[in-house]
Parts: sequence; structure tokens; C-alpha cells
Amino acid sequence: MIPTSTETSTQAHTAVPKMRAANVNFFYGSFKALHDVSLEFAANKVTALIGPSGCGKSTFLRNLNRINETLRDTRIEGEITLDGENILDKDVTEIRRRIGMVFQRPNPFPKSIFENIIYGPRINGMLKKKTAAEVVEQSLRRAALWDEVKDKLNESAYAISGGQQQRLCIARALAVDPEVLLLDEPCSALDPIATAKIEDLLVGLKNQCTIVIVTHNMQQAARVADTTGFFLLGRLIEHDKTDVIFKNPSKKETEDYITGRFG
Amino acid sequence: MRPFEEEFKLLNDTLQEMGSLVAHSIQRSVLSLVEKNEDYAHQVIRDESRVDQMEVQVDEKVTSLIVREQPVARDMRLVVSAIKISTDLERMGDLAVHIAERALSLMTQPPLPEAVNFGEIANLVESMVLGSLDAFVKRDAQLARGILETDDAVDKARNGIQRQLTGLMQRDATTVCRALDYLIVARKLERIADHATNIAEDVIFLTQGVDVRHQPAVEVA
Repeated sequence: MIPTSTETSTQAHTAVPKMRAANVNFFYGSFKALHDVSLEFAANKVTALIGPSGCGKSTFLRNLNRINETLRDTRIEGEITLDGENILDKDVTEIRRRIGMVFQRPNPFPKSIFENIIYGPRINGMLKKKTAAEVVEQSLRRAALWDEVKDKLNESAYAISGGQQQRLCIARALAVDPEVLLLDEPCSALDPIATAKIEDLLVGLKNQCTIVIVTHNMQQAARVADTTGFFLLGRLIEHDKTDVIFKNPSKKETEDYITGRFG
Repeated sequence: MRPFEEEFKLLNDTLQEMGSLVAHSIQRSVLSLVEKNEDYAHQVIRDESRVDQMEVQVDEKVTSLIVREQPVARDMRLVVSAIKISTDLERMGDLAVHIAERALSLMTQPPLPEAVNFGEIANLVESMVLGSLDAFVKRDAQLARGILETDDAVDKARNGIQRQLTGLMQRDATTVCRALDYLIVARKLERIADHATNIAEDVIFLTQGVDVRHQPAVEVA
């Protein structure tokens, strides 16, 4: 059954949204991947996006910092705002500094741990008020990685474990002081212990920035997210407080998916 | 049906079977009192162990489902409700045994000088028990809400029996022991009705995800 509804639950938000997507349609060539998606992200909250493979959740996430523009033959309609201003009208480099991204597989630069962190602040001219060492330590502490790597900052980023590399990528994103952090299945390549560390980190980080996470792991969404949005066939079916989504969702499609009856 | 759906169905079926057994026990316990039927009383006492076993089965099934399936939404509400409903059913089974035991004791004693009409309270309680179980089977929140409204009538009927027996004991001290037994039976029936109310509240939670406990029946409806 093709879903026909797109919901934005106002119940999920009581504060002014940090980001807001309004009537977003997105095309890969002639293929319409997103249909009229409207969604708000409250400041300093974690929002999880769930849904089956190919539902459009990662496509939607990548529109939030315009990284889809790096792909050929794509087109977006609608509006995406950050603090009320349309990001589609802004300088894309500045947008991607304010809206950081962490990907599914850790992707540290082929550089030292130190250089991985400092690269972003350096090219953004952010080293006038703080020293490089201060920025690196602060970022690694925010990512709960400092104690594990402080004695090997000059070693290659490839020399640390996968879980540590992912936290390094988070630290790298945090080094430029983003207001929003986008994470696309950040734990899918990690073991349960590394996953738990990332999840604990995210819960603590939301005091400092707004977080949006795409995940296939519904228990993860239930653990870390304040609100959860369910996507299906390019549409946002339901978005509400995570407790509501997992205890008593209002849409049958949502319930069928989260109870494993979908498909 | 996928394996985990079969597991949830098995849990549901076990609860239904348990409810049916308890409902029959309650009916037989009242009949054993009213008709002085010894066989019914003994049957109720024998069936209690089966009810207890089923409560354990339900709990084991629920914990297994929680561990293996991490249920959410309607599945979560089913396992949460299942534990509560099985507890209420087990207590109702115990109360039916207490009534049966009182019935056996009263069978060996002369009748009271005036008849005590348990018909009204027994019918009300039976309808609440069967209604709450029916609401569970059919996942009918409306039916469950109707059960909540009946509880006051049971309390009223019990109060009527209490007034009658209190008056009797005051007038004739030789009736005290027997009258107290009948009072206890009335109290047990009222408690059965309370458990039926609990089950009705659990059905509302199961079907609608709404917690209506500790609210006046008028507001719930």
C-alpha cells in the first residue's frame, strides 16, 4: 500500500525549532525520492529518523546540510531553514560548518589524529581566539576520546580502533562548533561497546547542539532520541515523541514497521 | 504468521484459557453456595492449581518475549497487560476458592432465619467478569469502559447484604458465625468485581494505549 499522508506532529515540539523542513521534494534525476516532507527539529534535542531501506531517510538527512548537491542531476523543492533562514539561499560552506555530518563508516583523513581535528578550524579561520592544542583537546573531550588518544595525537588516525575513529570523526565535526550534528547510521559498523559509547556521547552532546540521527536500530532510536520520525517510500508518515512512537503510534504503517510486521 | 507472531498469539490464547477457567470457577463457587452443591465447591478447589500454573506460564512467556523480541507498541502493551491480567485472574481464582470453602462450611450448618439474596450481586459480578474477558478477547475498549461503570452497583449490592446481615446479627446472636461467613462471601464477590475492573482498565490500555487507572468511572467513559 502506497502511503498517502505526510505528518508533522506539533505534539512533538514545544520550543522554536532549530531547523525546519517545509514541503521538501527531492529528485535524483527524474526519480522523486522525497514527497512533500515537512519536519521540525527542536533545539538541543535528538531526533531519530527510522524506516526501511530506500525510504528516503538518508536522502532527507543529506539535504539538511546540502551535501546532496555534490551528486549530479539532483534537484530540491521546498524550504529548509536554520534559525528561520533558508539554508538553500546561504553560502554552502558556512552551512556545512554550522551543520556537521558524521557518516556510516568512520572516514578520518589520512593524517594524524591532531591534524584531523584541526583541519576544519584552520580552514575556517577559527584559530585566532584559541590555540590549535586547545581546540584539539576540547573537541576530543567533547567526543569522549581525549583520555584514550591524548598520548598519541601525532599518530595516524588509522592506528586507532573503528569505534575510536568514529568518535574522532565526531570530534572533527565538533571542532568547528556546529549548531546541528547530522549522523547517518553512525554505529552500524561498530560493536556493541563502541555503539554504547557513541550513544552515551550523543545524549550528552545534545546540550551543546541539535542532533539528527538516521538509524536502522530501533532500540537505538528508543534509547537516545527525544523524537522519532518514520519514513516510508519517500514520505514522512509520522513524527512524535519517541515514547509515543514506540508505545502507541498513531499510524498503522508505523506500528507495522516497528513491530516487525512490515513487508 | 511469523514465529514471533505465533508467540504473541500463544500468550493471548493462554490468557483467554486462563480467563475462561477462572470465570467458570467463579460461577461454580456461587452456585456451590446458593445451591449447596458440594461437587461444584470441590471442583473449584481442584481447578485452583491449574490457574496458578497458568499464571506462571504467562509470566515465563512474557519475560521470554521481552528478552527475545523487545516488543514495542501493541506488542509491548500486550505483554504488559498480560502480566497484570494474569495476576488479577489468579487472585480471582483464589477468591473463588475462598467462596467455595465458605460454601462447604455453611453446608454443614442450618440456614439463616431469613434468606440472603446473593442473586443480584452474583449476577453483576458474573457479568463484569465475563464482560471484561470478552472485552479482552475482542479488544473492545467500549465494552471495557462499560465494565468500569458497573462496579458501583456491586458495591451497592454488597452494602445491602451487609446491612441485612448486620441487622440479623444484632437481633439474633446465634446467627453471628453463619452471617459472618455470608458477609465474607459478599466481600469476596466485591473483590472479584474489583479485579474485573482492573482487567477492563488493562484492556483499555491494551487497545488504546491510555492509562485510565485511579480515575472516576464517569471521567473514563
